Amino acid sequence: MADAPPLKTPQQRQPSTEEYTEVQQSAEFAELRRSYRSFAFPLTLAFITWYLLYVLLSNYAGGFMGAKVIGNVNVALVLGVLQFVSTFLIAWWYARTAAAKLDPKAEAIKNRMEGGA
Amino acid sequence: MSTEYVILAANEASEHRTLIISLFTAFVLATLGITVWAGRQTKDAADFYAGGRQFSGFQNGLAISGDYMSAASFLGIAGAIALSGYDGFLYSIGFLVAWLIALLLVAEPLRNSGRYTMGDVLAYRMRQRPVRTAAGVSTIIVSIFYLLAQMAGAGVLVSLLLGITSEAGKIGIVALVGVLMIMYVSIGGMKGTTWVQMVKAVLLMFGALLLTFLVLLKFNFNISDLLGTAAENSGKGDAFLEPGLKYGIDSMTKLDFVSLGIALVLGTAGLPHILIRFYTVPTAQAARKSVLWAIGLIGAFYLMTLALGFGAAALMSPKEITDSNPAGNTAAPLLALHLGGVDSTWGAILLASISAVAFATILAVVAGLTLASSSSFAHDIYANVIKRGQASEKQEMKAARWSTVFIGIVAIGLGALARDLNVAGLVALAFAVAASANLPTILYSLFWKRFTTQGALWSIYGGLVTAVGLVLFSPVVSGAATSMFPDVDFHWFPLSNPGIISIPVGFLLGWLGTLLSKEEPDKAKYAELEVRSLTGTGAH
Repeated sequence: MADAPPLKTPQQRQPSTEEYTEVQQSAEFAELRRSYRSFAFPLTLAFITWYLLYVLLSNYAGGFMGAKVIGNVNVALVLGVLQFVSTFLIAWWYARTAAAKLDPKAEAIKNRMEGGA
Repeated sequence: MSTEYVILAANEASEHRTLIISLFTAFVLATLGITVWAGRQTKDAADFYAGGRQFSGFQNGLAISGDYMSAASFLGIAGAIALSGYDGFLYSIGFLVAWLIALLLVAEPLRNSGRYTMGDVLAYRMRQRPVRTAAGVSTIIVSIFYLLAQMAGAGVLVSLLLGITSEAGKIGIVALVGVLMIMYVSIGGMKGTTWVQMVKAVLLMFGALLLTFLVLLKFNFNISDLLGTAAENSGKGDAFLEPGLKYGIDSMTKLDFVSLGIALVLGTAGLPHILIRFYTVPTAQAARKSVLWAIGLIGAFYLMTLALGFGAAALMSPKEITDSNPAGNTAAPLLALHLGGVDSTWGAILLASISAVAFATILAVVAGLTLASSSSFAHDIYANVIKRGQASEKQEMKAARWSTVFIGIVAIGLGALARDLNVAGLVALAFAVAASANLPTILYSLFWKRFTTQGALWSIYGGLVTAVGLVLFSPVVSGAATSMFPDVDFHWFPLSNPGIISIPVGFLLGWLGTLLSKEEPDKAKYAELEVRSLTGTGAH
């Protein structure tokens, strides 16, 4: 199983309950939580709204959805495919943001806690 | 192209049948080989439940696709598009968009804080025994509904493809599928199951790619032409390419569709057999990568089902499709026969290959479902509730293997009993329960500081009972020609999909149960869960 990193080393230390609470209260962790939530939560609301809009249009806007765009390709088909496109784009955007903005912060906290303070 | 070529005219199909059986057998032998190999490498509980957590993001993404794309999505959606046009495509969109919830909110925190099951995360900061029990009950119920739909579907489908008409033959097929899945899971554990799912995903993608290419080739890669021919051939004209043929009949069917749409998009991230796949990779980053691969593969696949469905509608008459199977479930294999050339060797080979892919699809999915339910039984209920966390690893693995056998036998029994019932609605029900009972509890557990044990119990049981209860009194079970029991009528709930009610109920009860509980939330445990879920500190 190809590019898997080695399993955690036996000397990895398990932080105590107090340490977890301390880290949770820290400004550094609050910043990580804020970066994650302020990105993931609104984006989730946005794509669910966009999906529901599509569902409602399919149900209640027959005329609009049936309008031809090119040849036999109608608005319904274009919007359906756009749901795919937006899903791919959001996934890519999240992965990029997580790698650039969230992973380094998370990694720093984890290393400090497991490495012993 | 007349109906006389339909695959099920059993006499004409005998050469197809030999070929199909050989391909089935080859797949079964290959996967059993993998299973035995994986079984030898399965030494401890982390191997059995989580495949040793050593799969790469790509491998797991492939396996997730194999776990998720059931016969319902391959054959069901292609058939639905072939018969109801655009409305068949609506399913695919919900099934795909749903993955964003898994990606953004669930996969990484779950990987960081859980160990083997969904119950690990739900019970993390709660009183163990009641929450583990609830998580186990919900996991097993969701998985069994889903499993039952697949088993009964397998019986019908394989009998159709092989031209088996006797009742004993159909029961035999269900039993065969059941025995194979018991072997995959009890011997190979998560490792074996993962490899079977990867092999299946590759076969399914290649099968779909080949058919899509051949369909597009027939129409010189002119999609507008394909759509136009499909619309004309369907006898429904432009309406075939617009939403509404299936769900636009009246205000109730429209509401039903909204309800289904919500359940599809919120259900995926609460399906236990999907959630446990995130434990098979070493880190949260790898879990993220697996969801990205899964989104790419599943999205590409659903786009291809458009070509398959509209291709089937364009190249065959609606009667030919429904004569073979009224729900259109054999549209994709029939399409293969037509693309290769009816009465030609190529046609026979293509038909046999696509049928074998469908069979592989069913086997990989039922294995995943069986593993999810037996893991939850052994880890949540046996080890943590009955043995109060005192079971040894050996005992727990033994319990997992035996519960696999037990659940497999129950599934065979129920699948055989349900073989002639219309159980297609069960997959939608599994999504509705996952969205009503599991997703609210997962999200509250991970993100809401104040959430309590009582809140968790209320959202799990409340969402579960509401979803299952409403379906029990819906046209899915009684009172319509397409019901499970069409001859009786005790329905009073007008919709087939309970999500529009049961999902808000699940969220509301989790909130209310928390507000009304006398106990204080365990702040220290939440601190641990929160730090761990976001940073991976102390992750297994």
